[in-house]
Amino acid sequence: MIAMLAVPVLADLAFIWGPALTSVALSFFQWSGVGGVRLRSCRVSTFIPDNGCFFGVQNYHQAATVYPPFWPAVEHNVIWLLVFTLVATPLGMLFAVIIDSGIRGGRAYQTVLFLPVMLSLALIGIIWEFVYSPNYGLINTIIGHNTNANLIDWLGNPRLNLWAVLVEASWRQAGYVMVLYLAGLKSVDSSLREAAIVDGANPWQSFWRVIFPAMKPINIIVLVVTVIESLRAFDLVYITNQGTNGLQLLSSLITSNIVGEVSRIGFGSALGVVLLVISLVPISIFLYQTFGRREA
Amino acid sequence: MPPRRPGRIAAYGLMIGASVLWVVPLLFALYISFRPYSETSQYGYVSLPHHLTLSNYIDAWTQADLPRFFINSVEITVPAVILTLFLASMVAFVVVRVDIKINVALLLVFTAGNLLPQQVIITPLYRLYLLIPLPGFISSSGLLYDSIAGLIVINVAFQTGFCVFVLSNYMRTIPGEMYEAAQVDGASMWSRYWRLTMPLCRPALAALATLLTTWIYNDFFWAITLMVTGSKRPITSALANLQGQFISNQNLIAAAAVMAAIPTLVVYVLLQKQFIAGLTLGATKG
Repeated sequence: MIAMLAVPVLADLAFIWGPALTSVALSFFQWSGVGGVRLRSCRVSTFIPDNGCFFGVQNYHQAATVYPPFWPAVEHNVIWLLVFTLVATPLGMLFAVIIDSGIRGGRAYQTVLFLPVMLSLALIGIIWEFVYSPNYGLINTIIGHNTNANLIDWLGNPRLNLWAVLVEASWRQAGYVMVLYLAGLKSVDSSLREAAIVDGANPWQSFWRVIFPAMKPINIIVLVVTVIESLRAFDLVYITNQGTNGLQLLSSLITSNIVGEVSRIGFGSALGVVLLVISLVPISIFLYQTFGRREA
Repeated sequence: MPPRRPGRIAAYGLMIGASVLWVVPLLFALYISFRPYSETSQYGYVSLPHHLTLSNYIDAWTQADLPRFFINSVEITVPAVILTLFLASMVAFVVVRVDIKINVALLLVFTAGNLLPQQVIITPLYRLYLLIPLPGFISSSGLLYDSIAGLIVINVAFQTGFCVFVLSNYMRTIPGEMYEAAQVDGASMWSRYWRLTMPLCRPALAALATLLTTWIYNDFFWAITLMVTGSKRPITSALANLQGQFISNQNLIAAAAVMAAIPTLVVYVLLQKQFIAGLTLGATKG
């Protein structure tokens, strides 16, 4: 038994939980990744930043006060979450309800709407660049904004590009949610629906008062998927402009702190911890709903 | 209760409208990939074709080195899927069939680990990868960083959590009497796992294999951060480099993108049921 568990448990601890906890520790240090890390306080007021030293909560303090992209990134992550919650998820649910109601050609719609879920987000980003392209793109040509005098730069204009990318993201997310809800709707006992109709409920009432509550396990999964996917969002902004100029997200800031030119391990870890703390909320809800019940 | 007509019409309208919106970007990219660059640069992408050509595909295949990236993808995806299923099924088996106190704790650790955003762990993981040496015949960098093995390891470690969760839910549906009988017959733990449980889990394993293949093939983040040599990257993340390299020839990029999509489209056409089953196995039971 030990032999069966050893490799997977060690791999999970070494490559997932080890780094997760290490990032909490490293977030209190100033470290460029070169040289060791020692438990001594950082010297302040030197021209060259001290390295490999205990920095207290300074990384967090700097992120919140003097690091310009931090608050825009937080705002963009919040907008991302709101759009997923208020647009993509309800849309996916609506698709599922309509298909489940036995509309003619339901399978065909399902097949089409599900297609983007199969594609990588990197690929989705590339495909939509043709749609959004300023001079040649589909949208600008159709609305007549493709001459140099009146171009709309959907992906380049920092006031537009987050919304343009969110269309791409929702395009995929809605199909994902749809498939989850289709499974959920199939799992609802048909006698429940009949009972609701016999009781004189209209379709709207029977869905929200009977069917929706009966799908609680799926609702939890969809909630978790919605929040986690909004926190993980990275690929689309990276392929579009590496997460800069209007497309900053917490995830892209973390990445640029390690693969960028200046490596700030402690600072990157602090940003990671911010993301970790936020993501623990949906993770705890999910674990409590899934495992708490079983133990009770 | 008779279906109300306005509602029906609105439903059809929505579904048809959505389907068009869902298909158009894909067909548009496909259309661009078949058009010569000289033509679209003159008339724009939205124009009637004078010629249609396969030359973008040929150029992408030869100039952009696509075969190499596809081979890299296979070298990462195939071992990673097999290893993930093997390791996850062992954990799930122990969690479900062997009574130990840490069962729930184990399940919690694996499930939660899979839900973490990748970016939470990337900074220390990146340092860790730079510290772990590998022999030169496995990794030309001499490190776990920038190696195929390194990408296999992180994909396996990250995906095992989800598979443990799904497989443990699935294994719970196997009646316990079968195990009692096997134990009476003196079957060892290994044979109860390998010869009794695994064959019964075939549907779940097939569904997960489909899902994992797609997910790992589609991975972008691990390859972007943990692999620095462009020529070693798998196809999905190589697309980002190609975009920079062929910035003046987007038609070639369109062709490369279509080709990169082909493996997942094959899964979509042949194994869509398996894929959806994998997604929803974790969701509906448990």
